[in-house]
Amino acid sequence: MNTIILSAIFGVVMMFTGIFVENKSAYRHIAAIALLLLLGFNIAESGHYNIFKIDTGYFLHFEKFGLLFNSVCIFSTLIYVLLSGRDIEKVGKNVAESFALIFFVLCGVGISTSYTNLLMLFLGIEIISIPLYILTGSEKRNLKGNEASLKYFLMGSFSTGIMLMGIAMLYGSGGSFLVEKLSVARLSYLEALGMLLIFFALSFKVSVAPFHFWTPDVYDGAPTVFTSFMATVVKVAGFAAFIRLFESRYGSMGGQTEHLIALAIILTLAFGNLTAVFQQSVKRMLAYSSIAQAGFMMFALFAVNDTAKEGLLLYAAAYSLATIGIFAVLAKMDDMTFEGFNGLAKSQPLIAALVAIFLLSLAGIPLTAGFFAKYYMLSAIVKTGSYLGLVIIGVLFAAISAYYYFKVIQAMYFKEGEEIAFAPVTLTFKYLLLGVAVVIVVLGIYPNALLSLLYF
Amino acid sequence: MIPVLLIVVPILTGFITFFIREERSAKAFALLSSVATLAIALMGVLMQNSKQLSFDAAWLQMLGSRFTLSLDGMGKMLTLLTAISFPIIFASTYNNKYKNPNAFYGLMLLSQAGLLGVFCSFDLLLFYFFWELALIPAYFLCSKWGGEKRIPVTFKFFIYTFAGSLLMLVGILYVNFRTPEHSFAISSLRNLNLGVKEENFIFWLFFIAFAIKMPIFPFHTWQPDTYEQAPTAVTMVLSGVMVKMGVFAVIRWLLPMFPDASYRMADIVMILAVIGMIYASLIAIQQDDMKRLVAYSSIAHIGLMGASMFTNNAGGIQGVIFQMFAHGINVLGLWIVVDVIEQQLGTRKFSQLGGLAQKAPTLAILFVVMALANVALPLTNSFIGEFLMFNSVFGHNPWLGAAACISIILAAVYTLWMVQKIFYGEVREAESRELKVPVNTQLMLVILAVMVIAFGVYPQPMINLTSDTVSKLIAQIK
Repeated sequence: MNTIILSAIFGVVMMFTGIFVENKSAYRHIAAIALLLLLGFNIAESGHYNIFKIDTGYFLHFEKFGLLFNSVCIFSTLIYVLLSGRDIEKVGKNVAESFALIFFVLCGVGISTSYTNLLMLFLGIEIISIPLYILTGSEKRNLKGNEASLKYFLMGSFSTGIMLMGIAMLYGSGGSFLVEKLSVARLSYLEALGMLLIFFALSFKVSVAPFHFWTPDVYDGAPTVFTSFMATVVKVAGFAAFIRLFESRYGSMGGQTEHLIALAIILTLAFGNLTAVFQQSVKRMLAYSSIAQAGFMMFALFAVNDTAKEGLLLYAAAYSLATIGIFAVLAKMDDMTFEGFNGLAKSQPLIAALVAIFLLSLAGIPLTAGFFAKYYMLSAIVKTGSYLGLVIIGVLFAAISAYYYFKVIQAMYFKEGEEIAFAPVTLTFKYLLLGVAVVIVVLGIYPNALLSLLYF
Repeated sequence: MIPVLLIVVPILTGFITFFIREERSAKAFALLSSVATLAIALMGVLMQNSKQLSFDAAWLQMLGSRFTLSLDGMGKMLTLLTAISFPIIFASTYNNKYKNPNAFYGLMLLSQAGLLGVFCSFDLLLFYFFWELALIPAYFLCSKWGGEKRIPVTFKFFIYTFAGSLLMLVGILYVNFRTPEHSFAISSLRNLNLGVKEENFIFWLFFIAFAIKMPIFPFHTWQPDTYEQAPTAVTMVLSGVMVKMGVFAVIRWLLPMFPDASYRMADIVMILAVIGMIYASLIAIQQDDMKRLVAYSSIAHIGLMGASMFTNNAGGIQGVIFQMFAHGINVLGLWIVVDVIEQQLGTRKFSQLGGLAQKAPTLAILFVVMALANVALPLTNSFIGEFLMFNSVFGHNPWLGAAACISIILAAVYTLWMVQKIFYGEVREAESRELKVPVNTQLMLVILAVMVIAFGVYPQPMINLTSDTVSKLIAQIK
């Protein structure tokens, strides 16, 4: 509860600082401090320290997994604000409001990770989505951004409508919004249809194929800083919401959904990876790779066991941190094509090395967090005892993903380029990026550092 | 403690080397580090059944993986091979100039750490970690310091082996899931109880990964290009030591985990291996480039190991293990000569070379020793190994044995042709430049030649060293 209420309050506070504080660069410092507080109170809540004593009754239930997931999301946002705060300032006129919207998104994340009621799921997803429509279009003069924003808004509202329809059907057949009440031995047709519609809507939100078409355009059109936020924190929060729904539904749906999810996984992996291979721009490549990574996170929904939940948590951390790191560097560059990275290792040796670590992590090379993230996902499926073919398809696509991640490494290290237009970076930026890389490597050697918190 | 030191020393010194900007110091430091590793490996070889040879610590308890390192006979021999190779590589290429020498030598040492880790691990997940750790530095080494077409060629090599390792990862996950206590320890993996179909399936997941690494036909296509394009020092690591990872992994993991599937699949694997032997030998005959010739000859030799591993015969497996060491030494010698000629004369093409024996008689003699070892002439180290291996293949299936024997003749053809074209015959015009063999290189070649002959005349110590691995394996398979 701490996270939900505090993030909403901080969001409002940020909006007011926009009126009272003139200095633009003060906003990101205030935001960072607020995020730190938020993180502290969220962690405190797992130690049963609540500031707000509210009976959330049948709406929300706070448990270790959801709270830890919040922590991962808040921590990633903190890193994001610290690394890219300066770039957020450059976008649009109303900087304070951008930060405020980020806090509102976190409020939605808090709800989505802990709901027990379908209405709360709806609220959580909507609270996440609406600020994103605004952030996407926050560059008023940017035509591509406006187009992306409108497109995102229209399609997003459409999918919200579908979700609402699904919820209504479930309510109509069972007479309850409670997630756990839905566990009946057999689904009626109405319920099955309702579940299917919710599945489609959530798939849209986390850009799972075949509901992914908005993703490349929106990620490419939005200002690079906000793409970073959308592709990481928001996406993994969507998966947290997804797995909470499936956790309770799984027993009753059994074999009926397995094929559906398997199909979605294969489509997502195939589409994301195969299109990413042919991209010329690193930004678009990352957009497609985020679809491919979503395919891997879908493995958790397929397996829904303890390993899958642990894996999703690890995946959220590994994927978010690495992607935020790469986007932070990308925002400093003028030329976002692969050629733009040529010879980066020579002009910026440290940054190039760190980006290489992030890319290795995304590709899932051992000694990085990304390896264990993928490991847990694959292991979760193997533990179900069947569907080994799906695992093999998964790893083959992982090998393909190495192709486009390594193209960036090749450009940085093995190709000679002209002088790279690289915006000056502060020493703090470098150290922070180094810190993120250290976290990734530590999780890659000892993932229990994060996972043991689940059983703490 | 010995296996831990073997891994920690190159990792630490490797990272330190990255920060030594000055070329001479970086080189000297790397050489020093590799000599230190050699000393530790020798200590390991000389120790008998001591507690110092194994190490076990908790690592990933939630996953059931432990940090278990140990040295058995085969492990001792391969760590020794790795530890011998690196100082020889560093010393014989001491005069070569590299851009960013600190990164070059640092990556070399890191890759050595990965190799040593592979040979010491007794935990499957740990093994996988080191398997990848050896690959990544090799990828960077080849792409950064290689020849003209290095980037696409190395990329092919990387994607190939990475895809193989990922398939192996699926296999690892599966066998882990099927052990009662969800463990990765070799002791529990030996007692897997799998059904026929699943065992066959998982066998292939592992075998493809190992076959790509070795490489066995038809997974070999990355190898000649990579060897050609890689800087010669790295080619030495790749062909001298890294391909042994695949052979080693079959004997350490594949055969004990899936003895029945290995028996069932033996014929298919052996046929593939023998096809590869003949095919590679035939291509080797047509090559005009020294590096490519040695690369194909290497495929042929590894093919024989691949065939012999699956014969279920103690002699054959003993031969494979012995030959891993012998082949490492021989191929290292051949590469050193290739490197000298390329560095001094600027070409590797037979069509531009000839009559070098007149200019460099010592080099010619040393090269002939290496070449004869490559043909497996009696009194060279390869003879023992190849004899044992051919014997076992023959015992398994005379027709296959006979087909494999063709490759002996072909090996003699291409190897002796190579000697003839480079060192004898008339002096070519491109050759008018002087050929001065540096003292350090010559010294290394002498050491290698001595080893070739010493183990050819008296192989018993090596066989004694590894007999424990063989008898344990055979007892388990039967």
